[in-house]
Amino acid sequence: MKEIRNYSNAQITWLVILRIFIGWHFMYEGLVKILNPKWTSLPYLLDSKGPISSFFINLTQNDSVMTIVNFLNEWSLFCIGFCLILGLFSKLASIGGMILLLTYSLSHPALLDVSYMMPFEGSYLWIDKNLVEFAALGVLCAFSTSKIIGLDRLLVKILPTGFLKLKLI
Amino acid sequence: MATEDINKTNNTSEPEDKGRRETLKALATVPVLGALAYGVYKKQKLDRTNRDISDVFQISKDEASFLEPTKDGEKIRVGIIGFGIRGKQLLRAAGFAEPSWIDKMMDAHKQNKKDTRYEQYLAQDSLNIEITGVCDIFDVYGEAAVLAGSNINREGSNGKFGKAPKRYRHYQELLAAQDIDAVIIATPDHWHSTMAMEAARAGKHVYCEKPMSWTVPETYMVREAIHETGAVFQLGHQGRQTDCYQKAAEIIGNGLLGPVNLIEVCTNRNSPNGAWVYDIIEGSSPDTIDWKQFEGPEERVKEYMDYMMKYNLERYVGPEERSKFSLERFFRWRCWWDYSTGLSGDLLTHEYDAVNQIMKVGIPHSATSSGGVYFFKDGRTVPDVLQTTFEFPDNDMTMLYSATLASSRGRGKVFMGHDASMEVSNILQVTVDRDSTRYAEKIQNGIIPTDDPFYTYVPGQSSSDTVTSPTELYFAKRGLLYTYVNGKRYDTTHLHIREWLECIRQKKTPSCNIDQAFEEAMTAHMGTRAYLEGRTMYWDKDKEEIVRGEQA
Repeated sequence: MKEIRNYSNAQITWLVILRIFIGWHFMYEGLVKILNPKWTSLPYLLDSKGPISSFFINLTQNDSVMTIVNFLNEWSLFCIGFCLILGLFSKLASIGGMILLLTYSLSHPALLDVSYMMPFEGSYLWIDKNLVEFAALGVLCAFSTSKIIGLDRLLVKILPTGFLKLKLI
Repeated sequence: MATEDINKTNNTSEPEDKGRRETLKALATVPVLGALAYGVYKKQKLDRTNRDISDVFQISKDEASFLEPTKDGEKIRVGIIGFGIRGKQLLRAAGFAEPSWIDKMMDAHKQNKKDTRYEQYLAQDSLNIEITGVCDIFDVYGEAAVLAGSNINREGSNGKFGKAPKRYRHYQELLAAQDIDAVIIATPDHWHSTMAMEAARAGKHVYCEKPMSWTVPETYMVREAIHETGAVFQLGHQGRQTDCYQKAAEIIGNGLLGPVNLIEVCTNRNSPNGAWVYDIIEGSSPDTIDWKQFEGPEERVKEYMDYMMKYNLERYVGPEERSKFSLERFFRWRCWWDYSTGLSGDLLTHEYDAVNQIMKVGIPHSATSSGGVYFFKDGRTVPDVLQTTFEFPDNDMTMLYSATLASSRGRGKVFMGHDASMEVSNILQVTVDRDSTRYAEKIQNGIIPTDDPFYTYVPGQSSSDTVTSPTELYFAKRGLLYTYVNGKRYDTTHLHIREWLECIRQKKTPSCNIDQAFEEAMTAHMGTRAYLEGRTMYWDKDKEEIVRGEQA
């Protein structure tokens, strides 16, 4: 099995820690939003800047679209975090997380000439924390650990080969 | 380096041990979920403890309520007198916008998707009215009013228009028209009372722009006329429809601020437009403007001149002859006492009316003013910086009004009490005082913070909490929050006109009725006279008269 790698103890430790930390961050971000019934991504989307801001702003123009966007965002964050912590479908979770972070970056790019209403807690030029986390998830994708430490270790044994070919793990 | 081979083989000599190791490795990170759950539980519990202040801070979850329109109410035929800047805004708020304004809004939306004023305007309720007559003494405005009044579908220049309202050149002709039930008065200040009185006597209901009066004597007369005729009168303080003011009244009523001893209200503007230096409109000339009518009602002008002469205030009159045609004076009339009530009548009244709505303070016991023309030295006679102090000994408090037209530093409307202070704008924030008696125990226990606002009310948010996230606050302050999602967001002027129309239909009294208007006008006059004469003015409650103090 080509995918299964040999890592040093230090490598596996730090990769798993990275996975848990990102998972924790995602899951808590999701939980906070789920537990607050008043939470909405509306102001965030309205504050979108950059070349495709009109797409994000248009999302806010329709109540039902907003309901879906909010639901998807909350539960995606939660589920991605949950899966990363447990090492469950971790490739799918990593890629899902990367997509989510990419949409945040597209709606709020750290460009030279834009400023946002809600200031970030740092100073960024082109690369912001979203993109750093995006790259870190890329690392987790390329250096998968869930089949070593994680539920995927069990799943690879249980799931049918056809399913495994989908490379969700 | 030690390496670990995984899944190499399932055949092992110690299957049980291997199996246990497999399971351990698979489930190794599960405890992290427990840690997270524990953390979230602790955090929630902490938040809940912090919020338990119900014994000292009682506040309802009620949202502001407004007089709801009746279904199938009768159609009201409305006339408007005055179609300048405010007249245009009022007619628009009533559902009749100029097509050129609609064009502008549509373009603005095309340029910037965030600009949804057009969409919001279309979503505004229809008030079930018809504009049957318009009057302006400037031809360009008169014709624009006809066009706006016929714009029944709220369309741009290429739209389909309805029946054009009749244009009158003299307001008395409009008031005599049989097909008008109610009038909106949006003329310069020196005409307000005269038109309001005559309208009421002609059997029309009246929506009058603030301030209610220009001279003191007419203030009594217009009140009498409205009481006698039973006309439904609404003064144009749209702040009456501000969501937060109802919550503010509840907070003060519940004693959450403790005894309120000082209220600070302000006007902060810093632009020529804000200082009433309006554009001179193309097409204006002695041929297109009825200057004679602009000069004002003779009786009122006499009252004004009598007062100015009696108290040696000639320097505030003119300086140009009243009869001399002047485009500056026509378009920028607010800059001269000859037509205007200055900062006191124009902007202080909004602030005072808000305080009167929230605390029902009535006419102050005394007023002292100072100020001057310090920045816009363009020949105006009204001050651009003004301070007026109103004393309310019956309420044990002072209201300080401070205005400048040449600095826009934001200074809010602040109610200061012994236990907390409250700042009211489009949102409302209560900050607990560090030396409060009421909250002393909670402050000591660290449950109530005193450095930051403790309670925030954001209109449109179904429930308010003592803990509001910084993000929400940040956006709410900029008026962005809940603009689109939780239903419509209303324009207060629209609601104010709607309330007036509904009161006509339901035979009720509007929130800014004639008695409130009388209090507003007298308060403004006291402030103005204190400034002009340089001495404190007192209100004799029994005689209902302004009484002079010693000259300083």
